[in-house]
Amino acid sequence: MAIALEASGLGKRYGSTWAVRDLCISIPAGRVVALVGPNGAGKTTFLQLAIGLLTPDTGDPQVFGWSPRDNPTLVLARVGFLAQERPLYMGFTVAETLRMGRELNPKWDLALAEARMRRLEIPLNRRVGKLSGGQQAQVALALALGKRPELLLLDEPVANLDPLARRQFLAELMESVAAEGLTVVLSSHLIADLERLADHLVILAGGRLQVAGDLEPLLEDHRWLVGPTEEIGRVGGTVVQAGTGERQCRMLVRGPAVPRGWTAAPVTLEDLVLAYLGNPDVSALAQPEAVPA
Amino acid sequence: MLDLYLDVRSGVSVYMQIVHQVERAVRCGLLTPGDRLPAAREVVAALAINPNTVLKAYAELESGGWVTSRAGVGTFVAETAPRAVAADVHDRLVRSLRDWLSEARREGLDQGAIEALFTLTVEATAKERVA
Repeated sequence: MAIALEASGLGKRYGSTWAVRDLCISIPAGRVVALVGPNGAGKTTFLQLAIGLLTPDTGDPQVFGWSPRDNPTLVLARVGFLAQERPLYMGFTVAETLRMGRELNPKWDLALAEARMRRLEIPLNRRVGKLSGGQQAQVALALALGKRPELLLLDEPVANLDPLARRQFLAELMESVAAEGLTVVLSSHLIADLERLADHLVILAGGRLQVAGDLEPLLEDHRWLVGPTEEIGRVGGTVVQAGTGERQCRMLVRGPAVPRGWTAAPVTLEDLVLAYLGNPDVSALAQPEAVPA
Repeated sequence: MLDLYLDVRSGVSVYMQIVHQVERAVRCGLLTPGDRLPAAREVVAALAINPNTVLKAYAELESGGWVTSRAGVGTFVAETAPRAVAADVHDRLVRSLRDWLSEARREGLDQGAIEALFTLTVEATAKERVA
């Protein structure tokens, strides 16, 4: 299967602090990836390294096999990036913004972008600064999609949108996935959204990779176990999170068989994310990563 | 056309919810063989979900004999799909169930007790049929 984004030993340092450290990751093409982690976990840095906006201190990411450092034009032609601060000129009209997209991108599809605006009832002659937040987000998305990227990176794209604008934005994004088969990496704190969208999960904690993989096997691999506290020693596997009462304990674990007399229940994406975010020292990677001294 | 919906609080995966809704619609006669399911792109636009999820649900329905997909045309309820209960049989069963429920309430059973009794009896008779 084609790999959209790959990195090994990827690191970026600001002064003496590693924003991203020793990241080994491989994202198959066609996935919708949820990129999750607390603020300061390195999500934005990781996205900016992937598109070449930042130069790594260690490692070299590959986008469809190309390095953003060695082949910036090849990478930029394939990747769309929607930053947290939407890159829009408030004084431009929507039409001018889309024409700017055409000037900047060789593969630009102006008709598609304008049709999208009409469908969303966004007036082409209105200044971007006069649009609602949701409409501005849609213009920024049209700008990112208009270049027909194969990989689209979105950094908290819906963080400050109202629920309806958020739903419309995400529906628009998913329709593009359906139509173009593009790979999406989406950083967000909104787990309920990710539950509907993502089929691949990446969790960063303190600049390191904590969890990475296709969502369904990850969910099947984890479960809630409830049983008597005195028998806690019988539980195998990796305990991600444990709540231990005097008599009964409830744990989110990875991998083990269910001990006799214990009950097991499936986990949701939200359970999984909260458990790992709350326990940043536990990781669910295929192999433990070597920690450089 | 079937309107699919999502209950994100249910804890049931999105693709299983789609599978269940289509199965239920066929069982109760809302969809009959030859009816077209909404195209993946329509479901994606309506629910803002990952298109792969819809494709996976439809693939699961197809392997269960509920639907067939014709390349470039769409996905249709299959001839092999279980037939819905006939309207008169459906009505008769609902009537006897209503009678049973009013009797249970008269005897003081609350919602929880009624559901527990129903589930236990369904399970017990299922075991008898296997044995």
